Amino acid sequence: MESPILSVENFSAFFGENQILRDISINTSPNKVTALMGPSGCGKTTLIRCINRMHELIPGARVSGKIYLKKQDIYMMEPIVLRRKIGMVFQKPNPFPMMSIYDNVIAGYKLNGIKLKKDESDSIVERSLRNAALWNEVKDSLHRKGTFLSGGQQQRLCIARALAMNPEILLLDEPTSALDPKSTAHIEELIVELKQNVTMLLVTHNIAQAARVSDFTAFIYLGELIEFGPTEKMFTVPKDKRTEEYLTGKFG
Amino acid sequence: MNTAENIAENIEDTNMHKIIPFPSPLRIHEDKTLRNNSPVGYRIFKDKLFKCLVIILSILSFLPLLLVLFHITKNGISVINWGFLTELPLPIGEKGGGVFNSIIGSLILIILSSIISIPLGISAGIYLAEKNKGRIANIINLCIVVLQGTPSIVIGIITYIWVVAPLGGFSALSGGIALSIMMLPVIIKSTEETLKLIPYHLKEASLALGVPYYKTILKVILPTGLSGILTGILLSVARITGETAPLLFTAFGNQFLNYNILKPIDSLPYRIFYYAMSPYPEWHTFAWGASFILVMIVLSFNLIARGISAKWKVQF
Ligand SMILES: Nc1ncnc2c1ncn2[C@@H]1O[C@H](COP(=O)(O)OP(=O)(O)O)[C@@H](O)[C@H]1O
Ligand SMILES: [Mg+2]
Repeated sequence: MESPILSVENFSAFFGENQILRDISINTSPNKVTALMGPSGCGKTTLIRCINRMHELIPGARVSGKIYLKKQDIYMMEPIVLRRKIGMVFQKPNPFPMMSIYDNVIAGYKLNGIKLKKDESDSIVERSLRNAALWNEVKDSLHRKGTFLSGGQQQRLCIARALAMNPEILLLDEPTSALDPKSTAHIEELIVELKQNVTMLLVTHNIAQAARVSDFTAFIYLGELIEFGPTEKMFTVPKDKRTEEYLTGKFG
Repeated sequence: MNTAENIAENIEDTNMHKIIPFPSPLRIHEDKTLRNNSPVGYRIFKDKLFKCLVIILSILSFLPLLLVLFHITKNGISVINWGFLTELPLPIGEKGGGVFNSIIGSLILIILSSIISIPLGISAGIYLAEKNKGRIANIINLCIVVLQGTPSIVIGIITYIWVVAPLGGFSALSGGIALSIMMLPVIIKSTEETLKLIPYHLKEASLALGVPYYKTILKVILPTGLSGILTGILLSVARITGETAPLLFTAFGNQFLNYNILKPIDSLPYRIFYYAMSPYPEWHTFAWGASFILVMIVLSFNLIARGISAKWKVQF
């Protein structure tokens, strides 16, 4: 097996005295989609916010265990350096409202003060928007504000913004939960296509979505990793009783 | 007179004000508020009466403003001409002359006080918006409340003791300092309120791109709140442009044109005060003219502020 892009080892996370995650271990294989699935409140968001070290921004938050990005311990890295290597797409589309579409895509460079030549930034913008399947829709209005776009387009803009930084891994936190079915389908197609370029960790509470787009699935319940394995296997012959109950809609 | 129609009417009427939980037919008869026997016509009349009262009272509150504007325009506009705007005051008895020195003085005072209060005010506003719990935030909030309640003449005296006396004389600089103290609370509060309205997920979007915290504030949060912050600044400028009391002890006044910020400087409100207190009818008309200019300047600041907050409003 190829060495994993990201490996989470015996990882626990806390908010003050509350333990949110218990002893989680997950690997993500290169150019695959790994889904984190589980009912609301089970700690999915907390886990991926630990991966780019956004969790620690909340007062009282603490963690134990290890996470490695390409064999490097992320808690030994500067958060700023780490976050540039990890793309994140949030539940609610959040393009920068004061920036044009163009500037939104290269926001990671602009805000970090990384100078780009005009043709460099042009090519990054075009490549990222093409990868995010948004280029054809916005190529004539690159200099309009990103907030004029529809919700689904805004979310793809956010994906383009993350892709522009050439991330080692892309974290997607329920990227479609604020979108209509058509935009959802569009984003799901996009995720499948994006696999060629980037490794993804997709949080979803939607079982069908995990089945449709992921290669591996981790089922988290009440902060515990119940089962982790190839999606096909888990959905056909779940090992744990709780996984089976969740998949058949008994709870969640 | 409890006809079915009447009951239906009653339900509708009450529903407009509060939602009654599940008005089952049984409970309608029990509910006291619904057993109102007054005829429909009387209630419609009460409704109309109330509307009329509100309209009349709001017109009444508007009237003084209109009268003031009318009076100032009537007395002031006839004085305004090119000379009045571009010439210096002449000694009494000589025809002509103007308030050029006061207009320039007011502008210099506005610029000075803005240079002092804008960076301080925005910084404090950012601090409050980012950390609104804790000792320092509490102290700042307390200071703002005290500052807002301090009469402007007191601020003038304090500035006199702290700045004018050590510097050895009245100066535009001390006037700017006094006015900046008056601007601070408005700028701090408007910055804080504006920044607090910016959704947290925008900050997260920036942080997740690896943008350091201070750059996130400077390059994402501040630009997003720009229109609100600018509006606050303009409103505070509008507020201090007409202040006279603090200037009496600080910038004082100067009948000559002055660009040196360490010398006394004139201002429109001071000139109005000076002319209006004089015994000469000709100077009284000058006071009206200067008042008209002052009102127009303040009004335009307010209108620009409104324009900015409407036009540049950021959609989230
Ligand atoms: N800022 C916070 N402070 C304290 N507890 C939190 C905070 N955010 C989330 N939690 C708690 O952490 C648990 C997991 O939340 P989350 O990771 O958002 O779940 P999910 O994304 O799976 O719906 C929830 O029980 C929630 O109450
Ligand atoms: Mg979540």
